[in-house]
Amino acid sequence: MSAAGPSQGANCAPSGGSAAAKAASVGAPRSAAGPSQGVARSAWVRGGLRVMHAPARVPTRDGRCTLVGVRTGIALLVVFAASVAIAQVQAPVGKPSVVELLIKWTPLLAGGFLFNLLISVFAMLAGTVAGVLLGFARISPAAPVRGASWTVVQFFRNAPWLVLLFFVMFLMPFELHVGGTTIPFPDWIKATFGLALPIMANMAEIVRGAVQSIPTAQWEAARSLAFSRRQTLWKIILPQCVKRMLPPWMNWYAILTMATTLASIVGVSEVMTLTGRITNAEGRTDLLIPIYSYVLLWFFAYCYPISVWTRRLEARYAER
Amino acid sequence: MDDVAAWFLWLYKTTGIKLTIFYDSYDRARFVEGFVTTIKLSAYCLVLSLLLGAVAAWLAGSRIAIVRRAINGFVALFRNTPPLVQLYFFYFALGPLLPRVGGSPLLGSFGWAVVSLTLLETAFAAEILRAGIEAVPKAMVEAAESLGYSRGQIFRKVELPLALRVTMPAMTNNLVNLVKTTTLAYAIAVPELLYMSAQVWSEQVNVPEMMIVLLVCYVAIVGIINEFMRWLEVRLRVPGFGQ
Repeated sequence: MSAAGPSQGANCAPSGGSAAAKAASVGAPRSAAGPSQGVARSAWVRGGLRVMHAPARVPTRDGRCTLVGVRTGIALLVVFAASVAIAQVQAPVGKPSVVELLIKWTPLLAGGFLFNLLISVFAMLAGTVAGVLLGFARISPAAPVRGASWTVVQFFRNAPWLVLLFFVMFLMPFELHVGGTTIPFPDWIKATFGLALPIMANMAEIVRGAVQSIPTAQWEAARSLAFSRRQTLWKIILPQCVKRMLPPWMNWYAILTMATTLASIVGVSEVMTLTGRITNAEGRTDLLIPIYSYVLLWFFAYCYPISVWTRRLEARYAER
Repeated sequence: MDDVAAWFLWLYKTTGIKLTIFYDSYDRARFVEGFVTTIKLSAYCLVLSLLLGAVAAWLAGSRIAIVRRAINGFVALFRNTPPLVQLYFFYFALGPLLPRVGGSPLLGSFGWAVVSLTLLETAFAAEILRAGIEAVPKAMVEAAESLGYSRGQIFRKVELPLALRVTMPAMTNNLVNLVKTTTLAYAIAVPELLYMSAQVWSEQVNVPEMMIVLLVCYVAIVGIINEFMRWLEVRLRVPGFGQ
């Protein structure tokens, strides 16, 4: 897929309950060893203060990727169709067929899937905002701030997602009394918060990596033009960073979307919980493969385009 | 050991911090079993996924188009679907289809966890190794060809050793992720660290303490892996390549 080095290889890598693609954090020191990283970086460096020009469009090599993705999708569809067909043939007499069952339960599953997406969007928002702030702390001129934020980032990046989720589920209060009002925290809010934590830590690394990949000359030029540190960061450095933070950010969104299924383990009624309940309610073993491959297909249909788009953006930015 | 146990008992009596795993032999045995299971699960998946990943990376460079496509499809499939759904798919959907041997299933929850996580990690390892192989200079492959190496020999003796070195940082990430992903096995009742801790905290009602122990354990495992891989990276460095 990626014709580039390992850093990109690990990109668009939604590894599940865990934080794949630490390499995705741009220019993080440990991931910089990939050969492509050097190439990509030197290409970026050329931009300089002119970077804010619109990127020139260059033909990318994603045609192949799209084709492969389509084929995989087709393969998944074939598995799904075959399992449905087999189940259909073997269906016990006098019981509803597997297709009927799938159609019957589709609205419920769709609701559950939308709930997953809702959790993923909120967790991403919260994680991004907190992560950007934490990322600023990571590049702060004050050493204690840097040290403290380093500890936080390492902790949340290296703890398993599921453990963090349990942590938040058990230790966060289910409601909060502020003055006279009570703010309730239902299960899914807590799960969202738990999923936002690792996103926050990884966003911080992405921000740090992106800021550090901007040539020092930019800082010096801004200084010589009498910009303050804050002005330099907001008006010169960050606008250049957004572009290189976007692909890893999208990558993390795909990872997060897939990780939302973890919420089922801690008792949130999302699509996996519903699938389990449906199979229990129907009590039909021939439904198992069709329904699980059905859910797999949904996730694939949502995450694969993101992964292709990420690669396309990456290729476009790298080749400038 | 007794001193440690006594100290933690004293800690509980004076402060209410309840770390039963240090003084209750039953809880300790469970916790240690969980720890060992996590390590075992990670080790099996690591070895198998490296082997299979190397095979997949080799096949991805095959001359036969259909093999290449199959490998690409496999990698895309496992990277773009949630690992938990994969695990459920294997355990609940494929599990009942296996023949039973002597009344018990051929593969238990541990076996299925190994299969599922191995395939997931194989997809990642294959992708990383392939990128590493592409980074091997063409001239080196040509030199090996001119020395009469066969395709398989070139892969085993030239491309793979160099690719492994180049991809070491990415492999470290992959390994760390593997250890963290083993927590998913909790969902199919594999007695690993998280599962055993959950048992302890649901009986002793010491959730915060166990949570912290659990997090410290994982961070420690990951820290050790990081240090070891960094050491290995320096150890295996080839002069003039990859710097």
